[in-house]
Amino acid sequence: MSELLELAESVVGRARGGEELEVYAARGHDTEVRAYDGDIESLASATSAGVGVRVLLAGGEEGNRLGFAWAGSLEPQLVEAALVEARDNAAYATPDPHVVFATPDGVAAAELDLWHPGFASTPTDEKVEMAIALERQVRGADPRVRQVDSADYGDGSVEVALASTTGIRAATRRTSAFLSVSAIAGEGSDTQTGSGFTVGRAASDLDPDKAAAEAVERSVRMLGSGKAKSGRCTVVFDPRVASTLLSVVSSALSGEAVVKGRSFFAGRTGEPVAAPSVTLVDDPTDARAYGAAAFDGEGLACRRNVLIEGGVLRGFLYDTVAARRAGTTSTGSAVRGGFAGTPGAGCRAVVLQPGTLTLKEILAEVGEGLYVQSITGVHSGVNAVSGDFSVGAEGLMVREGELAEPVREVTVASTLQKMLLALLHVGGDVEWLPGIAAGQTLAVGEMQLSGN
Amino acid sequence: MAEVFAEDRQSSGAVLDDRKVEELSSGRERGAGIRVVVGETTGFAHTADLSEQGLLAAAGAASAVAREGGGGSRTVGLATRRPVSPRAEVLPQSVAKAAKLELLSRADEAARASGDAVTQVQAGYGDSRRRILVARSDGLLAEDDQVRTRFNVVCVATGDTGMQTGYESVARTVGFEVFDEADVEELGRTAARRALSKLSARPAPSGEVPVVLAGGSGGILFHEACGHGLEADHIVKDASVYVGQVGELVASPLVTLVDDGTVEGEWGNFAVDDEGRPAARNVLIENGVLTDYLWDWLRARKEKRLSSGNGRRQSYQHLPMVRMTNTFLLAGEEDPDEIVAQTKSGVYVAKLGGGQVNTATGDFVFGTTEAYLIEGGRITEPLRDANLIGNGPEVLRRIDAVATDFAMTPGTCGKDGQSVPVGCGQATLRITGVTIGGTAA
Repeated sequence: MSELLELAESVVGRARGGEELEVYAARGHDTEVRAYDGDIESLASATSAGVGVRVLLAGGEEGNRLGFAWAGSLEPQLVEAALVEARDNAAYATPDPHVVFATPDGVAAAELDLWHPGFASTPTDEKVEMAIALERQVRGADPRVRQVDSADYGDGSVEVALASTTGIRAATRRTSAFLSVSAIAGEGSDTQTGSGFTVGRAASDLDPDKAAAEAVERSVRMLGSGKAKSGRCTVVFDPRVASTLLSVVSSALSGEAVVKGRSFFAGRTGEPVAAPSVTLVDDPTDARAYGAAAFDGEGLACRRNVLIEGGVLRGFLYDTVAARRAGTTSTGSAVRGGFAGTPGAGCRAVVLQPGTLTLKEILAEVGEGLYVQSITGVHSGVNAVSGDFSVGAEGLMVREGELAEPVREVTVASTLQKMLLALLHVGGDVEWLPGIAAGQTLAVGEMQLSGN
Repeated sequence: MAEVFAEDRQSSGAVLDDRKVEELSSGRERGAGIRVVVGETTGFAHTADLSEQGLLAAAGAASAVAREGGGGSRTVGLATRRPVSPRAEVLPQSVAKAAKLELLSRADEAARASGDAVTQVQAGYGDSRRRILVARSDGLLAEDDQVRTRFNVVCVATGDTGMQTGYESVARTVGFEVFDEADVEELGRTAARRALSKLSARPAPSGEVPVVLAGGSGGILFHEACGHGLEADHIVKDASVYVGQVGELVASPLVTLVDDGTVEGEWGNFAVDDEGRPAARNVLIENGVLTDYLWDWLRARKEKRLSSGNGRRQSYQHLPMVRMTNTFLLAGEEDPDEIVAQTKSGVYVAKLGGGQVNTATGDFVFGTTEAYLIEGGRITEPLRDANLIGNGPEVLRRIDAVATDFAMTPGTCGKDGQSVPVGCGQATLRITGVTIGGTAA
């Protein structure tokens, strides 16, 4: 049994009569190297640890009251203070019969290998060299690349343990590594940027050539870009942008958003909400997904949940409390933002069932439109409650079925509801990108392009 | 250079959602970040273990990168410690939890009373006390004790056209006395009004239109259009459109832009920054001419100048970098109503949401959360949310009117994975043309 789980259990063992206790303990180690101008700009290494304590005061029929406190440390004195504070906080919550802790539901956790054994053995010098080599590769790839403003290598490991008086015992650990680079291309007075990255469970999984090629291609091909004419058109989103779009859509599929009247999907189960080609699944048990996990944020086994099937809304994702409010059971979908956060229902590993077409074939099908390689203003212009969608975009026009001249400083707009229904093509090119959603080329019809 | 940044932060929060106090939370973290700079290279490590042994281990990790520079140790005489006291009249930690919860209920009730179409309300309260100490190998020793208090309301309104959201907040670098002035019921009503008005909103237009930004609507325009581009870390890497522009006309002569960490009580206020440098008032653009950039210790050292008091970090777990504090456009002389009356057609933005910028190209976006059409010099129909997109230097040159009704708003600025509290401010102003990304053709 891990040391963290022992710690969590020891705190749980101190529960008083009439209360339930849940303890989440986490510890992580991170290294990050930034290269600049052929040298190390910065090298940071850090260990962090903390604990989150939830206390539930049983209140009979009236309902239970929940309190929370956390400490960014595993020092006994601070852990103790968190327990005392969580207990005190619980006394002030509104009693609610739906508020309970998860109890084991018999679903077995997937066997996932998310801990790369080679992780700890990569010497720091090698990490530094990877960042420096990446910068050099991008600078040397094209004479138009005039600056690399960051070339980073990073890796981290995190261990988590969860225990409760309601019988939850869960312990997981994972490693991750990435390389990312941001290039600035210039020609005359024109400046354009592009980024590239590669992610894996350890340094040996990384593909620096891919990261470098992406950054160079994305920056250089934007040179000479201008505004486009406003009008309705089909928009082809590249896999990275598609991943961002899916992340926003998936937030409206949280059962918590649904029961609280904050989702445009509420009350639409069994109805068509997307084009018939759309089948959307959240499957954290797929080890290829960046957000793969054996246990959810309440210690229940993560599982595969079908959200949209053949365009028809099938269901939502629930944590224990949202499920009770909705009169159903948890789908093992509690997520929490580390030890300082409390669980809520959300996606971890959303993916659209891939189609068969390549990017080239999708462009040929679309004929005329806009290919978008990056979007901005997602947090200010996309509203998962109303569905209103308006983002800044840059990319390339699609003419006669092929990528044509570059375009910047335009927006594309619609509503998420209409975009799902107007999804014309789902690419076969699934990329397991960092975040909660995989990406693949998507073509969406009837979008409003705003330029001049 | 070696630097120790120690931090002790206590925070508490409460959320009322769906008519219930769902959760009160409390948090505590303390630790130290150790930075060692040798030549152009920075080594950094942080630890939550503040024992001598823990600090020495972190120092060892931070200096590992600089090993080639030679080892050894020396004793540093630090400046005399001057105790600081928290700049708050009423420490939030001293206020009964019940009093905080009562604010949430009042805001919830006021919002719900604004109309039957208000179907959901979430109100949030938060406070923090952040004590920091910076000690540097050149003898610098500085401390600060920062108290912040915030309150926000998010409403959902439901009608035939679906759901819409409205948001309003107050956030000040003060204690619980913020509620002597801020009326939480009014915050609730404002959030509700924004959601309700959008139920009957028409889609925003698309294409380039004249835009009038209301005083205090967000000020995020300047934060994105030039603030980030004036941060010296982007400048020294030639990753900003404002490189080499000092002394040049980069904006309309109506634009005088200031970044000022000393404005007491504002969300981006502090006594010393996270590198121990006192907060300062820095004029960035004066009558349209670029006067200076924003500097932290590392970038200022390269230029053999002093930091402008803009070295900030999210916590001891992060390296400091150049950040804005309170960034605002000085007020002009025109009457705000007159600016609208003089605008034949366009868009009036009463409240902005967030924004984003690419400093290298200058392209930026900022979103509306309350906006109206201007027709015949009058504010008419409400519009659904949309992003506006523009290029920093171009948009700044297109400002042709600035009014007297200056107001500040709080925000959270994200950069390179770190979030810090900032203030933004501006009076009513007009941009002659900017692209709005609505769905109406």
